[in-house]
Amino acid sequence: MIARLSAGLAALCLLSAPALAQGAAKPTDPQIVHIAYTAGQLDIEAAKQALEKSKNKEVREFANDMVRDHTEVNKQALALVEKLKVKPEDNDTSRSLTKQAAAKRDELAKLNGTAFDKAYVANEVGYHKTVNGALETTLIPSASNAELKNLLQTGLKIFQGHQQHAEHVAKDVK
Amino acid sequence: MPSMLLKMSNKDEVHAMTPGRISYAATIAFALLSVPATAETIQVTIDKLVFAPTVVNAKIGDTIEWINKDALVHTATVRNGDWDVNIPANQRGQIQLKKAGAVDYYCKLHPNMTGRLVVAP
Repeated sequence: MIARLSAGLAALCLLSAPALAQGAAKPTDPQIVHIAYTAGQLDIEAAKQALEKSKNKEVREFANDMVRDHTEVNKQALALVEKLKVKPEDNDTSRSLTKQAAAKRDELAKLNGTAFDKAYVANEVGYHKTVNGALETTLIPSASNAELKNLLQTGLKIFQGHQQHAEHVAKDVK
Repeated sequence: MPSMLLKMSNKDEVHAMTPGRISYAATIAFALLSVPATAETIQVTIDKLVFAPTVVNAKIGDTIEWINKDALVHTATVRNGDWDVNIPANQRGQIQLKKAGAVDYYCKLHPNMTGRLVVAP
């Protein structure tokens, strides 16, 4: 019973640890902007790989949606950065996201046809889930500028939409 | 452009002066006024991924017009498959209601955006 309880506690700790926060310090606004922008760029790159490899109409449409939406959100992020005179600052979270995305891209490069489609869409579900979790638990609460917080909140709504869209595509690709 | 507008309004004035035209214009005006009583255009705004109002009460023949204020493409897609309206970024999309009943719709691209139309016969 005690063993079970502590296992449960350990699981809880893992879950509540902010998925992307590395190190105890909460991210600063210049770091948050960098993380959010990087996360968007990485999803655009993933979509471009899908557009090169996939022949599935629904998967291609989804990838096009990702390119379009993330490009727009990042355009708004850059406009805000300029307005607020914030200089995006590279950080461990951005570096780790980039590294993971590169590994995933190499992995997906080896797949073709339905195997690729399935793996790409499954990764899109997981990736948006991770980023949304980070936005909710770390990035939005840590943002000190109100306009930045606002943009992140709208971004979260958009990416939650993408997650649901990806889940829908995943059902069809099976 | 301004001179063209001026010309057009001058022309209207000349026409409106003839007595026959006045009653004709009055009929048209009356007809225009009475149209909204039978079929309305109801506007639904999309702002930051929210359909507002979320629930719309309408009747057959009414037109729903979605005004997309987001810089993103959205859709209004009815769950029963009857219609699917594409609403480009910062633009509008319309549908005329042809069936009575309550239907739920959503955005295909962001399925967390949902709305409902209650259509009276």
